[in-house]
Amino acid sequence: MADSAGVLVLAETEGGALSPTAAELVTAGLEVAAGLGLPLSVAMAGSDVEATVQEAASLGAQRVYAVEDGILSTDKPELLLEAWAQICRQTNPAVVLIARTTAGRDLAPRLAARLGVGLAQDCLEVKVDEDSGRMIAHRPVYGGNAMAAVVCNGTPQMACIRPKAYEPCEPDDSRTAEVVSLSITLDESMARVKLVERVAEESEGVRLESAKIVVAGGRGLGSPEPFKDLEVIAGLLGAGIGASRAAVDAGWVPPSWQIGLTGKTITPDLYITVAISGASQHMAGCSGSKVIVAVNKDAEANIFKEARYGVVGDWEKVMPSFTETLRELLS
Amino acid sequence: MPLNIFVLAKQVIDPEMPRSAFQVDRENRRVVTPPTLPPVVNGFDENAVEAALRIKDSEPAEITVISMGQSFALDVMKKPLSMGADSLVLLQDDAFDNTVDSFAVARALTAAIQKIGPFDLIIAGRQASDWDNAQVPLAVAELLGLPSVTIGKKVEVGDGRVTVERQMPDGTEIVESPMPALVTVSNELGQPRYPTLRGIMAATRKQPVVWSLEDLGLDGEQLEPQVETVDLYVPVTEADCEFIEGEDDADAGRLLALKLREAKLV
Ligand SMILES: Cc1cc2nc3c(=O)[nH]c(=O)nc-3n(C[C@H](O)[C@H](O)[C@H](O)COP(=O)(O)OP(=O)(O)OC[C@H]3O[C@@H](n4cnc5c(N)ncnc54)[C@H](O)[C@@H]3O)c2cc1C
Repeated sequence: MADSAGVLVLAETEGGALSPTAAELVTAGLEVAAGLGLPLSVAMAGSDVEATVQEAASLGAQRVYAVEDGILSTDKPELLLEAWAQICRQTNPAVVLIARTTAGRDLAPRLAARLGVGLAQDCLEVKVDEDSGRMIAHRPVYGGNAMAAVVCNGTPQMACIRPKAYEPCEPDDSRTAEVVSLSITLDESMARVKLVERVAEESEGVRLESAKIVVAGGRGLGSPEPFKDLEVIAGLLGAGIGASRAAVDAGWVPPSWQIGLTGKTITPDLYITVAISGASQHMAGCSGSKVIVAVNKDAEANIFKEARYGVVGDWEKVMPSFTETLRELLS
Repeated sequence: MPLNIFVLAKQVIDPEMPRSAFQVDRENRRVVTPPTLPPVVNGFDENAVEAALRIKDSEPAEITVISMGQSFALDVMKKPLSMGADSLVLLQDDAFDNTVDSFAVARALTAAIQKIGPFDLIIAGRQASDWDNAQVPLAVAELLGLPSVTIGKKVEVGDGRVTVERQMPDGTEIVESPMPALVTVSNELGQPRYPTLRGIMAATRKQPVVWSLEDLGLDGEQLEPQVETVDLYVPVTEADCEFIEGEDDADAGRLLALKLREAKLV
């Protein structure tokens, strides 16, 4: 398959650079490519992708497809979708990998349907099965209560990979790639959905996604006030602050604080949970934490099954002395 | 002319069931739940029904709920009717196994949508709480050639357009699309309304339209799965929690802080 892209990573770009997830996809893609004995290609489509070509090469892509078109913009996902579809049709990949980012999780299902193939969603791992020579994708289902291994039957086999499931691969500037330019046809009328306004939430604290320490509270806190106490702890530790969906649904904290399956995925070194039961959908967003600490009055709570350190007790009594001791230790 | 709104809703096992009730039959690659545990309407799909009802609160609209499955608990699936939806269409066939992949489900739903007739808006939940695919609505939009907007927390219509406030990771985004369109919604939309007594009475009198594969003009081949499940298992979590105990809760809090220091975590 000399003309095939082999394993194709569809990389998102941000302001003329590759998105951080691209390097993670390349890590996954190189493994699959090795298993299939195929090359790894990376494709970018955007209004300013020139600089991303060398970036993709330095990550280890053997072939790089760059599509530059002034009308492509992150505000018009329908154009990017069509660009990706045309890239796939022209390059005949055996496997297509997309990151399950905010944009990717919307684009991937439509792209699969447009190409008439299936899609393995939200994958944590993709591997090649030696017997069948097909890619098998492992993914959590039922809110993380179970794991499924799925195989896409059509070609290309397509997988959408959860951010942070793979380590980003190390760039090496001495690497080079074959650069192929593709010509695709897009027109403005394909963009039917229009962005009217984007409202960024103000946040002073540490970004949850990149925080080394995260402190979070759940329904057991009972009201918004105790989150102030958690903010004090977060302040002492330089930590990010989060919450369970129950606390968000109650209106105690903003949706941007939610950790879990339908919230943020965090991978801190230390994750301190207070009055969170540890439902599988919550754990789906934090099981990549190195050390989980749980304070919960229910010794049977699921959170203790995944925690490294636990206190069975009432947060109202546990947390003040915890905070005071921390303050002393850190002063 | 009232607005014609279709809502896609799925019957799922209760995602908030106790963990002990959740079991996997690995050999047959399916989840088994105790027969005593009633299924529910997928939570985000209830949000979708709510989004449709909020539109209907302010202007004439006809809401049709469409669901696909192998078998249904009718009292469960009538909940959208008792909340205020007008009619229910059930696509029921032995061939509609829950493990059938999203693309096949989307095909069947698309066939049903085309059979029912013209519409202005399709609303669905952002994902189903069983397979968490977040895929069927988008595939339906693709098959019907519709613009799609996901993860709405507010959905408004006017002048042939739908305006959606979307929940983003760090804020919100307002987008606008011509109708017909497909919109998915999330829990940030807010609590779905409770059925009223009158609604429940009305729902008992309504009978769903039930269509089989054949009624949809589809054959099994068109629903051949594109994605096959080759294994289903419960992940093992290593449970080696060290419980910190003190003289009382306050003492335990102090010891916990010391422990984290000792472990060089803070
Ligand atoms: C499709 C789907 C997606 C979901 N996505 C997410 C998600 O992204 N994130 C998420 O978090 N959830 C998510 N959920 C919800 C999830 O299933 C749980 O309902 C939720 O995580 C529970 O939040 P909680 O632990 O705060 O509340 P609960 O489960 O009610 O737990 C409260 C805990 O507080 C403890 N407690 C109470 N009082 C005290 C006290 N005084 N001192 C100490 N402990 C106390 C209790 O023992 C209990 O364990 C999702 C659900 C579905 C169906």
